[in-house]
Amino acid sequence: MIKLTPANLEDYARGAALLGAGGGGDPYIGRLLAEQAITQYGLPEIISVDELDDNATVISIAMIGAPTVLVEKACSGDDLDLLIKEMSRQLGKKVDALMPIEIGGVNSCLPIVAAVRTGLPLVNCDGMGRAFPCLEMVTFNVYGESISPVVMTDEHGNAVTINTASAKKAENFARSVLSEMGLSGMISCYPMKGSQLKKWAVKDTMTCALHIGEAIKEGRQQDNAVKTLVNRLNETQYYTNAQILVDGKVIDVFRETRDGFSFGHCVVEPFDGEENVTLTFQNEFIAAEKNGQYIATVPDIIAVIDRENAEPITAETLRFGQRVNVLAMDVPSVMRTEKALGVFGPQCFGLGCDYKRLTKVDQ
Amino acid sequence: MIRLGVDVGGTNTDAVLIEGKNILATTKQATTDDIQTGIVNAITKVVKSSRIKMTNIDYCMIGTTQFTNAFVQRQELNSVAIIRLGLPAAAALPPLSGWQNELKDAFEHKTYMLQGGHHFDGKVNSDLNEMQLDEAIQDILLEGYPAVTICSIFSPINQDFELLVENKIKQVAPHIRLSLSHQIGRVGLMERENSAIMNASLACLADKVVNAFENSLSSLGVTAPLYITQNDGTLMSADAVRKYPVMTFASGPTNSMRGAAFLSGLKDAIVADIGGTTTDIGMLQDGFPRESSVHVDIGGVRTNFRMPDIIALGLGGGSIIDPLSNFSIGPQSVGYKLLQQGKSFGGTHLTTTDIAIKRNYIQITGSEPNNVSLTEQTLKKIENNIDALLVSGLDQIKTSSAEVPLILVGGGHCIIKNTPKGISKMISPKHAEVANAIGASIGQVAGEIEHFFEYQTQPREECIAQAKQMAIDKAIIAGAIASTVSILDIQEIPLSYVKGQATRIKVKATGQLF
Repeated sequence: MIKLTPANLEDYARGAALLGAGGGGDPYIGRLLAEQAITQYGLPEIISVDELDDNATVISIAMIGAPTVLVEKACSGDDLDLLIKEMSRQLGKKVDALMPIEIGGVNSCLPIVAAVRTGLPLVNCDGMGRAFPCLEMVTFNVYGESISPVVMTDEHGNAVTINTASAKKAENFARSVLSEMGLSGMISCYPMKGSQLKKWAVKDTMTCALHIGEAIKEGRQQDNAVKTLVNRLNETQYYTNAQILVDGKVIDVFRETRDGFSFGHCVVEPFDGEENVTLTFQNEFIAAEKNGQYIATVPDIIAVIDRENAEPITAETLRFGQRVNVLAMDVPSVMRTEKALGVFGPQCFGLGCDYKRLTKVDQ
Repeated sequence: MIRLGVDVGGTNTDAVLIEGKNILATTKQATTDDIQTGIVNAITKVVKSSRIKMTNIDYCMIGTTQFTNAFVQRQELNSVAIIRLGLPAAAALPPLSGWQNELKDAFEHKTYMLQGGHHFDGKVNSDLNEMQLDEAIQDILLEGYPAVTICSIFSPINQDFELLVENKIKQVAPHIRLSLSHQIGRVGLMERENSAIMNASLACLADKVVNAFENSLSSLGVTAPLYITQNDGTLMSADAVRKYPVMTFASGPTNSMRGAAFLSGLKDAIVADIGGTTTDIGMLQDGFPRESSVHVDIGGVRTNFRMPDIIALGLGGGSIIDPLSNFSIGPQSVGYKLLQQGKSFGGTHLTTTDIAIKRNYIQITGSEPNNVSLTEQTLKKIENNIDALLVSGLDQIKTSSAEVPLILVGGGHCIIKNTPKGISKMISPKHAEVANAIGASIGQVAGEIEHFFEYQTQPREECIAQAKQMAIDKAIIAGAIASTVSILDIQEIPLSYVKGQATRIKVKATGQLF
């Protein structure tokens, strides 16, 4: 099992930023929080899903809200403790372990803080193997597990519980609670039993994030960061068919904010004179197009990286003139079944196409 | 009206005298270890050659990199008490999180995490605890800290708590130097607090440096008021630098860009400041450098200063050309030893300046163009390599594919002769080599605000008008003549992931000091 230490947290956070697919928030604050917590409380105990007792109670830990508020209020630590306590009270059971709900971006690190504070083990898995913008876009919801109870806490010791049958509805309630909490808070949802996790969790994604980050670091030392990264992705159990869609320069970026999301597109002009590639994003990158044809779409992961050092670039920090590689890779198979596509397939993001799996390429 | 502009760089101290738009005299002198001698030499030189009297100088502006260097080299930092007003929020992230141990060990410090802080909309998140506060202040007095940092959550939106604590400390200990985070950084707690701590650690050095500046001037009989340039190209008073030395970080590239705008008359253009070893490329927008949108690390510490968006290339007048690797350029450079080590001067290294001399783009006394014997084909190849390097930097700084003008400044600007791809016209104005000192002498002051609005409860136009007025008021307080104040920049940053059209508006207003 992997060990997360102050020495490799940066790699882990960088790998998680890549799996954030251009969204998921700035992982820097998450990394700092985890670093601080580990220095104070010691290393987290990380266990695998298969080690869990079928009746074990596992809850997810995440922050929710505006990234611009998170960078001021961060978290108090007590809010995470309260989150666990309140969820335990709602369930009428003690909590046996914690897990990330999304491995992409800042929420890859928050569960580490909670785990070392409470001494609870952290389960090496998540609910999507990437980052997505809404609470309903999780495997547990896709396969019929309940999102409720949802617990939200803030730094003043307030705890709010939402009980609803619909994950979509829970998302709406959560946004309303957030405005009262000052636009950022801690959230736990989809409490799971060990047996449920064994069925629906995306396993070992913390390992994936760490290995991806390490590959970037090793690649930098050998001056071939991109190639090392792509090779390593293809060796993982999930992110196969990893391929560079285009090696080129960003020649246009357009952004607008609607309904609490950041929408936009970006055009990359390849260095080899081929056709331009257009990326569409809604917080995360959702599609890549060439010649009017989609060449990659959600739920597969589309990521933009620096073409020299493979640093993941979020949609928020895309700029004209950046020299980038656009990567596409498989999402874990549990995320691209017919049922899954009904929750976060291309049509759920307003793309007028059906999902087509990436094809294998020789690079 | 006569202005004196001085730029104290690592290698050279430049000085210029300007009357209105006329440049009376310029000089480049070696920077000295004590700083003061170099400044005195440079000023004496320009005043002499322009035949004015020291007392005729009306304004004196100095640009300096000393504070940046001191922090990065961890030298001359004083001890600091750090007050954070935020509990219970952000308790899991104490001050100095993420700082390297060597840097933390470079100065004594003690942290006081107390209740306080606001929400994104300026409402109180948690009230101050007077008793807690008084105890902390007593302890700081007892320990004898010369400088204190005060940082409250969301203080860029609501400054009340930081000001209140400032007052409290001033009443009992007027000698303590206070660094208020809202006057230094923006939204982003750790970055803003880091900047305020850096600033506090430079308090004693700030006194020393500003004294040295003032002594240089008074020893020469210069009676003009002294201003120092900050990182956004606007001016601060000498007293403001004593309080906020950190605001001078990165003023060097900014001064070059402002100088380029002045010399060329262009307000929207790319500027390439070509020195001996590196080229700094930035974008002028309405006469000011475009700011960086990403975080800036200084000495390994993350900050969110107002910083010019600069791409640095390993290309300069002293860059060494390597014949063994396809005539690639730099990043190694002979630097200030060009006149000894360059091939044209009898040295062993082939440099970019040697090519410029060979091509007769520039004549330098003591050089021998025939020392360089290369075929036309090779010369072309080298020039293509230089151009390609420059273009890679230009591309990164451009915001669109439209062609824009390029202004070349700096001591090494002669190495570029061909207009690069994507450039509408290329200019290297007269006095380009002292553009930084000229940039320092431009008398602009700024006011900048950042505030959250909710468009659902107040119409957008009203919000923007209100934000503009706040920035204008701030510029006037900073010393701008009211009739010259105009809005330089408005940025709306919608809060994604959140309903209700909550938007952060940033406005910057600037005006003339004279």
